[in-house]
Amino acid sequence: MEQHRLSMTNITKRFGGVTALGDVSLHVKRGEIHALVGENGAGKSTLMKILAGAHLPDAGQIFIDDEQAHMRNPKDGIDRGVSVIYQEFALMPEVTVAENVFIDKLNESKRKLISWKKLYVDTQEILDRLGFGVVSPRSKVKDISIAHCQIVEICKALSRNCKILVLDEPTAMLSTFETQQLFELLKKLRDEGVSVIYISHRMNEVFSISDRISVLRDGHNVSTVNTGDVTESEVVSMMIGRDLASYFPERERRIGDVVFEVRNLSSGKVVNDVSFNVRAGEVFGLSGLVGAGRTETLMAILGELKRDSGKIYIDGKETKIRSTIDARKAGVSLLPEDRKAQGVFLDLPILHNMTVTCLNKVSAKAGIIKARRERKFGSDLVEKLQIKIGALTNPCSSLSGGNQQKVSISKMLGADSKILFFDEPTRGVDVGAKIEIYKIINELVAEGYGVVMVSSEMPEIIGMCDRVAVIRNGRITGELGKDELTEQNLIKYSMEV
Amino acid sequence: MGMDQKVSKNPIDKKRLLKDNSAYLIIVGLVIVSSILSPVFFSKQNIMNIFRQQSPAMLLAIGAMLVIITSGIDLSTGAILAISNVCVAYFITSLNFFSPSGVLLSIIVGIAVGAVVGCVNGAIVAWLRMPPFIVTLAMTTIVRGIAYVITYGSPIRLPVDPVAHKGGHAFFYFGQNGDPLLGVPYTAWIVIVFIIFFWFLMRYTTFGRILVATGSNSDAARLAGINVKKYIFSAYTISGFLAGVAGVLITARAGIATPGVGSGFELNAIAAVVIGGASLAGGKGTIGKTIVGVFIIALISNIMTLTGVPPYPQQIIQGIIIIVAVLLNAGKEK
Repeated sequence: MEQHRLSMTNITKRFGGVTALGDVSLHVKRGEIHALVGENGAGKSTLMKILAGAHLPDAGQIFIDDEQAHMRNPKDGIDRGVSVIYQEFALMPEVTVAENVFIDKLNESKRKLISWKKLYVDTQEILDRLGFGVVSPRSKVKDISIAHCQIVEICKALSRNCKILVLDEPTAMLSTFETQQLFELLKKLRDEGVSVIYISHRMNEVFSISDRISVLRDGHNVSTVNTGDVTESEVVSMMIGRDLASYFPERERRIGDVVFEVRNLSSGKVVNDVSFNVRAGEVFGLSGLVGAGRTETLMAILGELKRDSGKIYIDGKETKIRSTIDARKAGVSLLPEDRKAQGVFLDLPILHNMTVTCLNKVSAKAGIIKARRERKFGSDLVEKLQIKIGALTNPCSSLSGGNQQKVSISKMLGADSKILFFDEPTRGVDVGAKIEIYKIINELVAEGYGVVMVSSEMPEIIGMCDRVAVIRNGRITGELGKDELTEQNLIKYSMEV
Repeated sequence: MGMDQKVSKNPIDKKRLLKDNSAYLIIVGLVIVSSILSPVFFSKQNIMNIFRQQSPAMLLAIGAMLVIITSGIDLSTGAILAISNVCVAYFITSLNFFSPSGVLLSIIVGIAVGAVVGCVNGAIVAWLRMPPFIVTLAMTTIVRGIAYVITYGSPIRLPVDPVAHKGGHAFFYFGQNGDPLLGVPYTAWIVIVFIIFFWFLMRYTTFGRILVATGSNSDAARLAGINVKKYIFSAYTISGFLAGVAGVLITARAGIATPGVGSGFELNAIAAVVIGGASLAGGKGTIGKTIVGVFIIALISNIMTLTGVPPYPQQIIQGIIIIVAVLLNAGKEK
């Protein structure tokens, strides 16, 4: 029998009523680079968090070197030789490279005094071994490049005697040259016997580096294949392959004039010369990979990110938007992607959440709130959006994710905006609530609102949007009309295939 | 991945109701215990005394609460109180503003100085984005330093001759006495007006509503197009203004201005706000409970004085009771 370094068998994980992983198995050999692919939300990250001990599975077992491993917390994972490098690095920016690499040793050491000389020498040794002797152990992490931060993360993993190294979208922020360097390093580690699990959306990278590929879809295994036996498009169709048409309620399309337009928008390195327009009664999609610059584009329009260039036209007239305050006055509202941190006021009553943007409508001249008028306003919105609430005075935190999201939407409507930006409107809500939110968006465009929707879920983009711009590295790489909207096309424009 | 399926909570959760109103329970308990321990406690004189003594503290506590609700903190109110106190007395004596209108002008100057310092605090915190703890701590040193410079470190005594210094005398009389009908000190009446005003402001106006929202989640407020900075600025300005008023009341009560007055008052004000159930993380707190918080601290020290506990041990006990009160109230917050 083939000897596996890692076997995860029949892993099931539920969040509330949602099954994130159902009966998923993953087998990784000793000394191989194993790619894990799937759409956003397919369950890759959840699976890796279970491996790292950050989540507990509801069912299933993990074996490392044929020995059962109980991962109850991240420390168990580290002790078993599992290191996960997330997209957001877990480094301390204000201290040196050497301290970051040996943080565990420093913590566990019985000697409470640090031998700085030995620390620097040991770190330099690891860096030299990896071929990155140029990184100084004495630099502070905040002063080194992102590519080098990744190297520091890998050094940290090696200092923990890591046997299984997981990298989540490691090349998202790297240049081509840096990517090549990283690949050389990963191959070297593989040859030393480390098992690398490589998560990426970028098919060309997956194909150039991996030995085998496992595909996840909707929280289930699709298959594991040898990289040499398949083509890129075969893997892509394994990732997609489902019928979601029934998800998306039909709507009558009555598309009007251009109500919003942005021209030549640039902001730092994240938004590059982006132009698009939105018509009344239209859902305009911004698609692309996580980190491609979709949210940043919205934030730059709203003045949340500093703009280097760009003009905004509303109803054909140039409009200055320096801040969200200007945006609100100009009739542009945002549904932020992070509902709890940016969307709602969790501790405040539901009613206060709904009216905070439009208190002038429910108050007398001196700013005195008319309680009856406010309640009426709130209950009208509850009815319009079919929000399931106990009482308007209950805190927003008492609601389910989907209903919180509806409260957040009601906040946009109260402000009398004509242009609505939805950033990941269905993130973290269950399937039922998703469909309801789609219905709400359909109703709004039918009423003549212009909608811009950012989504990481391709079926959602295809099902909802009338036109879509695909963004990659802050640039629009293509604009697709309704009839060109296919997953293959979206993938083609959003990845460097 | 945060898929949550929280079942909506029962709105009338008994435990929560108890916790939310623990400030009221504590004050009722304290009143009962006090009246048993000391027969003097319920005398009119004692109660009016508490009112008069706590007038400045209540104003500072209201200001502290407005700032804390934005998730900020104002450590400078004790010092602002002192500079207002000194300015009023300095204007009256050094510029010979003995007439009623002169005294009135001096009062306005005292309050205005407080409001201006509050403006500076607010502007630095809101627009320069400096941490309020540091800004207002530094402002404490600056402001108290100025108070010492104005007075050369020595107290200024108000001239209160009823004939020669008509205005000064009226001012002092106002600080010392109460209305003839109920005997409630005039300073307390002023404070009651402020309490009602701010209670109304926080409960029934758009200003109060948005102030709470900005403290509850400033990112959400900003992204919704609310001018968060303006509200933060206003909170510090109001806090400074109220400290200015408190300084004037203290001048009237004592008839003397000292640059060292009011040190530590800001901490008592913050303690009162927290005892009143507000969260230092912002977004939570009410005027009513803040005032109750002031009374809780006041009653503890009052009853200890009445029962003859010496002043130094009083401080120890007071500190312990504050911790217990906050524990009852907010300690179980996640």
